[in-house]
Amino acid sequence: MAEPTLPIIDIRNVSKSFQLQGQKIDALKDANLSIRQGEFITLIGASGCGKSTLLRIIAGFEKPTSGEALMWGKPITEPEPQRGMVFQDYALFPWLSVRDNIAFGPTSRGVPKAQAREIVERFVEMVGLQRFADAYPHQLSGGMRQRVAIARVLANEAEVVLMDEPFGALDAMTRERLQEELLEIWARTKLTVVFVTHAIEEAIFLADRVVVMTPGPGRIESDNPMLLSRPRDIASPEFNAIRREMSGKLHSHHGKKAA
Amino acid sequence: MALAETSTSLPAGGAAATAPSPWPERLKSLGLALVVPGLLLVFWHIATTRRWTRLIPTPYETAEYMVDFVAGGIYNDAFSATAHIHLLASMSRVFGGFGLAVLAALPLGLLIGRIPLARQTLDPFFQLMRPIPVTAWLPLSMILFGLGPRSAFALVFLGAFFPILLNTIFGVKNVDPKLFEAASMLGCKGNAQFFRVVLPAALPSIFTGLRLGLGLAWFVIVVGEMTGVPQGLGAVIMDGRTLSRTELVICGMIIIGIAGFISDRIVVAIGNRLLRWSPNHHG
Repeated sequence: MAEPTLPIIDIRNVSKSFQLQGQKIDALKDANLSIRQGEFITLIGASGCGKSTLLRIIAGFEKPTSGEALMWGKPITEPEPQRGMVFQDYALFPWLSVRDNIAFGPTSRGVPKAQAREIVERFVEMVGLQRFADAYPHQLSGGMRQRVAIARVLANEAEVVLMDEPFGALDAMTRERLQEELLEIWARTKLTVVFVTHAIEEAIFLADRVVVMTPGPGRIESDNPMLLSRPRDIASPEFNAIRREMSGKLHSHHGKKAA
Repeated sequence: MALAETSTSLPAGGAAATAPSPWPERLKSLGLALVVPGLLLVFWHIATTRRWTRLIPTPYETAEYMVDFVAGGIYNDAFSATAHIHLLASMSRVFGGFGLAVLAALPLGLLIGRIPLARQTLDPFFQLMRPIPVTAWLPLSMILFGLGPRSAFALVFLGAFFPILLNTIFGVKNVDPKLFEAASMLGCKGNAQFFRVVLPAALPSIFTGLRLGLGLAWFVIVVGEMTGVPQGLGAVIMDGRTLSRTELVICGMIIIGIAGFISDRIVVAIGNRLLRWSPNHHG
């Protein structure tokens, strides 16, 4: 139905402002971003740059003050299963086992029981949690919880996976492992991923395009295609050169602010 | 990748909470639990055998009377071998009043917690009624429901009602907003969220309310049975008081304490079973 050239997500002149104690805060100003199916995009920036706001607008949790957010050319008006969100603090249902958390989406949409069970087993396996399928979230480590959150979104046939600093609360080792697993899943499924982070290295390691955002008001500073071949070596000189370049862009607004 | 982590056992928190503690541990905690009652018993014994007061019977006399109250065969008076009758009468009022309170407070709490209009209309009224002690309701309740068991029911109901109501409201209002977002992006929206998100998320708080409510139902049974009922542990205590039979009063108190304790343990056991998933719900 969709033409091959139509972007899966299209953000056109999107602005979002809040009222805070009688003051108007521009969380996001005139953002333009077009995402093609299968792309891995990272949004990076300091706090207050609007990266989470942009992600929440794509998810449908918030509406733009002006401009429009489209999926397959149609306006995004509410949260929907084809855009799955992975939260930093997991937001798993604590009363459901790993298996039932993953089954939540399919059963909500009325998928027949036998079929839902099949789907659940497939994704439990994909994220390597077979032995913990009956455990409750509070019994799992942070890394395992985030795997459940990812599986929960994938089991619901999400086309776009939105990730809000998903690995921010994890220790460095677990984070690296989950980054690699995520890339593996992405390569296998050809999902579209929009990934918010404040870690430059993570952004470069994962992305096809790194979108740099700056605060006050939140805006997109630049959109940078990552041409490094995968798998990427974070210790290579090429990687370092890009890291330096991105770091420069991230801090470009500091001068402005000080003046 | 995933294999390294999944080959290890569950992290400590989960496993430790469910594993039964070994026998020496249990004996130790039982022993510690008996220290204060034991000391109290010794003090009671000393105080009464040394005649610091003549109005309170010694522990031995009380124990003897307890046997008579439960099984008879020692004094053979009007109260001998009647404990079970009074206990059953009180239990029917406690559980009956408690049950009615659950039936009323649970739906009301869900309503008030979930629907702003219901909150604005009903919450101020209940906040105003809440501080009025059950004892104060006694005369009105006797006028409205007459002398006898119906009044007792009503008073127990009032005692159990508020903790259940308030904790249900609290539980429903304090569902993590992220869970609503998670549910709606997974395709569960609007009213469907009530059963799949609100109710389970509020369950720990509702259980706290049930536990407090049942505790209070036992707590107010004596007042409830001041309404002129012939049977019941509260009635026995009131009779003991009028007849200056302190041993009767003490026996009634002990039985209420034990019955309340056992019913609390049952609620806690049910709660722990239903709330296995909750890391902070092990009473």
